[in-house]
Amino acid sequence: MKYALYQMGLAGAMIVVAGTAFAASSPSDPLNSVMWEALRDQYFAGAPVVFDNAVRVNAPAAAEDTRAVPVSVDATALGKVVEMVAIADLNPFPLVLRYHPGTAAPYIATRIKIQQATAVRGAARTADGVWHVSGVMVDAAGGGCSAPPASYAQKDWADHVGEVQARLWPADTDGVARLRLRIRHPNDTGLVDGIPAYFIETLQVEAQTPGGSAELAKIDSLEPVSENPVYSLDVRPPPDATALVLRGRDNQGGEIRATIPMPPPGARPAMRPAMSLKPADQPWSVGQ
Amino acid sequence: MSMPLLRRLALTTAFAAVMMIGAATGSARAAGPLTYDLKPTRIAPDTYVFEGSTKHFTRANGGNILNSGFIVTADGVIVIQTGPSRRYGEEMRAAIRKVTEKPIRKVFISNLHPDYWLGSQAFADVPIAALPGTIAGIQEEGSGIADNMYRLVGDWMRGTEVTVPTEPVYGSTVKFGDHRLRLIPLSGHTAADLMILDETTGVLFTGGVVFCDRTPTTPHATVADWLKELDAVDGLDIRLLVPNHGHIRSDKACVAQTRDWLTWLDGTLRHAVESGLDMAEALELPIPERFEVLDVLREEYRRSVAHLWPKIEQAALPRVN
Repeated sequence: MKYALYQMGLAGAMIVVAGTAFAASSPSDPLNSVMWEALRDQYFAGAPVVFDNAVRVNAPAAAEDTRAVPVSVDATALGKVVEMVAIADLNPFPLVLRYHPGTAAPYIATRIKIQQATAVRGAARTADGVWHVSGVMVDAAGGGCSAPPASYAQKDWADHVGEVQARLWPADTDGVARLRLRIRHPNDTGLVDGIPAYFIETLQVEAQTPGGSAELAKIDSLEPVSENPVYSLDVRPPPDATALVLRGRDNQGGEIRATIPMPPPGARPAMRPAMSLKPADQPWSVGQ
Repeated sequence: MSMPLLRRLALTTAFAAVMMIGAATGSARAAGPLTYDLKPTRIAPDTYVFEGSTKHFTRANGGNILNSGFIVTADGVIVIQTGPSRRYGEEMRAAIRKVTEKPIRKVFISNLHPDYWLGSQAFADVPIAALPGTIAGIQEEGSGIADNMYRLVGDWMRGTEVTVPTEPVYGSTVKFGDHRLRLIPLSGHTAADLMILDETTGVLFTGGVVFCDRTPTTPHATVADWLKELDAVDGLDIRLLVPNHGHIRSDKACVAQTRDWLTWLDGTLRHAVESGLDMAEALELPIPERFEVLDVLREEYRRSVAHLWPKIEQAALPRVN
């Protein structure tokens, strides 16, 4: 019921917004974040913006661990998406990541640090240049960005930086295959005294085929992504792919490289509850 | 079922009354003085419990979500858990005083979670006993735990400081007056869980090992070990089971309920990891209807995803470089 009312509100808010009239007629933020206008100008500069629940952002209403809050952004309902971003408004570094889905489905999930209670947003840019923005409020005790990584408590952490764990599930009938990555890295923000910023900046997934390699998707990852980052992507490996390759680099020039084998015969495609859950099942969705 | 409901109603009424007094006197403090309004219930000979809410910590309940208790022995009063704040501990001590003139002989703390021990300041003049692992846990995490309680329940915490238990105890049977208490050290719910069985009355204070109609919490849990703790409870001959959270019962139904929940939770998360689900998606997995009797179900489930998922996932992902 509440959701339905909100939808009506959204429909109102979505009477929008084009070209030069943008600034004056920009829709107001359903999450009432004090940072919204500044962030909009910074990250979507000049582009048309709509609030759109077709972009589904999943995150807990309260962060149990502010150093690793699970967040997923799913824009599959929009069809073809060119670029996605995740933003935590009140973080010292609000921009979490930019995702270039390439041939992949417009879905990305990871874990992020949050510094205090904040709006957490996902946005997807469609081919017409419009940013579709959605989000949820996440309450938090704070300190996620300025807490030292647990890694440093382990003396041998430096020996393990860049280690990759990964698994690819078989493609479903639509050709989409779930890929999960976990990379050992302190992913430090630089906000802790005496610890310089040290985080993964780029990650690129390619498919190896007999004819060469093809890029599937690319992530520009930033400070707020959790220590030992985990990503879930929905890639489309070509049918003749023999393996996937992950290439990446951190801000101190460290290289990340791993070869991810194709799923073993008989493995089953990943479960996808996200598609079967109706928005009404998501009580903390925008507008709460 | 009726007790907690009545208690909730009583609390609501108390709050309404306080609010009205505040408004009538034009007091600067809008909500007036806070009180837990602790009333002991006699559950067995010499044995009393202060029954708390089955909710999460809120500014409305001040963190009173536990069943603390005391046993009046010929050798003085044995206190079990001291509550979430200094104020709770002080009110508890005053309420005990109304039942008996006997001095407090000893306090037992069952684990490191906030509602078990943050009221210990009110008992700083008597020995406060806990398992060594609980003492170490409070020394290490106590101030963070207290900070978080200030954030969650606010002014109820005023003046509360970390009071570390003073006396390590181990598995043993100790006699206080005519009561023989069996101290049972376990681990699973946390790294150090103390259950106390009063062999004289058959009352078992389970601490966090058993939850009753309240969703179990897992911030320090190792599920496989917790299930073994439940087996240990099954092996005990008891007349009354006092869980720290939830309803007091004369049977062991809630041992089975806690086991059922933990087994479902662990199995479901493992299956979800194995099936390629992401942690954020797992927050919304459907929960079987039979668990709807557990209070704060979805909230605690989501907290448990945060606690348990990363380790399960890490173990399920193969190294590829």
